[in-house]
Amino acid sequence: MPMNPASPPLIHARGLTKRFGAFTAVDAVDFDVAPGEAFGFLGPNGAGKTSTMKMIGCTSPASGGTLTVLGMDPETQGPEIRGRLGVVPQQDTLDEELTVRENLLIYGRYFGLSRAECGRRADELLEFAQLSERGSSRVEPLSGGMKRRLTIARSLINEPDVMLLDEPTTGLDPQARHLLWDRLYRLKQRGVTLVLTTHYMDEAEQLCDRLVVMDKAKIVAEGSPRSLIEQYSTREVAEMRFAPGVQDTLDGQFNGLADRVEHLPDRVLLYAEDGEAVAVAAHDRGLRPETVLVRRSTLEDVFLRLTGRSLVD
Amino acid sequence: MSAIAPPQARATTGRVMPRAWHLIERNLFVYRRTWTIIVSGFFEPLFYLVAMGYGLGRLIGDVTGPGGQPIPYAMFVAPALLATGAMNGAVAEATFNFFFKLNYNRTFQAILATPLSVRDVAVGEIAWALIRGGLYAIGFIVVIAALGLATSPLALLAIPAALLLGFAAGAVGMAATSFMRSHQDFDLINVITLPMFLFSATFYPIETYPEAIRGIVAITPLYQGVALIRGLTVGVLGPEMLFQVAYLAVMGMIGLWITSRRLDRLLRK
Ligand SMILES: Nc1ncnc2c1ncn2[C@@H]1O[C@H](COP(=O)(O)OP(=O)(O)OP(=O)(O)O)[C@@H](O)[C@H]1O
Ligand SMILES: [Mg+2]
Repeated sequence: MPMNPASPPLIHARGLTKRFGAFTAVDAVDFDVAPGEAFGFLGPNGAGKTSTMKMIGCTSPASGGTLTVLGMDPETQGPEIRGRLGVVPQQDTLDEELTVRENLLIYGRYFGLSRAECGRRADELLEFAQLSERGSSRVEPLSGGMKRRLTIARSLINEPDVMLLDEPTTGLDPQARHLLWDRLYRLKQRGVTLVLTTHYMDEAEQLCDRLVVMDKAKIVAEGSPRSLIEQYSTREVAEMRFAPGVQDTLDGQFNGLADRVEHLPDRVLLYAEDGEAVAVAAHDRGLRPETVLVRRSTLEDVFLRLTGRSLVD
Repeated sequence: MSAIAPPQARATTGRVMPRAWHLIERNLFVYRRTWTIIVSGFFEPLFYLVAMGYGLGRLIGDVTGPGGQPIPYAMFVAPALLATGAMNGAVAEATFNFFFKLNYNRTFQAILATPLSVRDVAVGEIAWALIRGGLYAIGFIVVIAALGLATSPLALLAIPAALLLGFAAGAVGMAATSFMRSHQDFDLINVITLPMFLFSATFYPIETYPEAIRGIVAITPLYQGVALIRGLTVGVLGPEMLFQVAYLAVMGMIGLWITSRRLDRLLRK
């Protein structure tokens, strides 16, 4: 969904900064999230994604800059803002002294919902999270993925207008991930705004209308997944894997073959408009990789270019 | 700001109770399963009453009560045990259980992502501690009334007085707990509460002490609480009670204020 210039942003940040003592975790970042949009933060470990999410979620005060969420000021209207957010923190914060169902019930109560309403929604959400059979179980013995699903279900108890999802699918099996993507997509269609961080580029490509790449506390690029790929990568990539030890002897041998060459520990990436042509040219030069894979550029390539690291460290 | 996002239909009930109430609800969920822990705290003062009040009391006979008139020893210690039971109940919640929730359970972090604030958390947790202390007070007042140790209808006021003592001790205990780093620090709590129990004019009148020591004893919330509650169960009112009430209330407010500030520091980084 393109940014609609007519509607004011739902989240508006200018020069937003977070400091921990002398250390700056988020350094004067600017971004806007439009109503109904799915907006992503990508970045390597320690880039400042979680710190930014916590400021938006009004659980951590900004050290500088301006921030408005739903048109309100987190400093003075935290409770009103939080009442309309659904938060999935990076680390689960489930109440381990309560059962699965009680976790949902009491969370609804924190939002001021009536007991009857909490009960109704809890049962619905247990269904959603495929935890109906575990309702009366304690939280502690649940598997990591089940806890994650419960955390996500809990974040929906107040029917939020904005979801803040910090690495929502980390720890989920592929089936549960796809299920969650589907649910998030449906929420988005109902007008819920999604703000998420992720280390999975397929997730970013699937879910995000627009995303920013953060590195070392700053935003280094912004755009739709497609426009970022166009701007920061070539159309295709030829990936070459060499026998162990061979790759280190190849310095300089790729010169002039491609628009850009990236040496990873286990393979060499050659960026070009036509990957097949690059593979042929390399063969003509006498390069003999064990495997060659020609593929379209992805966000991973953008990420690598901008931060010098792969998405999943 | 409804122009930005259309407000969805919300099944929100009108807020009758303050938000802090939901912390009590949460703790009720937990104690629904572990209520036996609470019950045990009721018997401890009862055992002391039997051992001290009746056992030792037979040797001691009468002592000087609040108004200067002689009263049986059991009648002298019973209100002190009521006060101590209420205080210990509140302090146990405000220290051990609060420490666990603050450091090992991420409950408070989860709560702070909802409309509740750190102050709601502090107030809710103190209120819960008071409820536990108050339950002991109610149970105990019924027992001593049945035994004929509370002679005045004023004794009913001992319940709010015990709550006030629980508030003072609980809030200060909670504030102290917010500075604790490990379980070892809890030894300190015992080092404070045990002597307080033994020496706060619980088992003998404060006049037993030399003048200099009396001043130190009078600082403790338990001494103030015992004096207040003893006056009420025996039925002797005095102007010093206004001071005792104010002293405990102020102590509790200070503890609550420090606790809120500490929670803000610790949980909203
Ligand atoms: N409470 C804190 N006190 C001190 N430093 C902190 C605190 N929280 C985060 N930081 C630091 O701020 C930086 C950014 O952390 P943050 O959690 O925002 O990164 P992130 O982008 O979410 O990383 P990841 O992908 O690993 O989750 C890190 O260097 C981290 O050590
Ligand atoms: Mg993070």
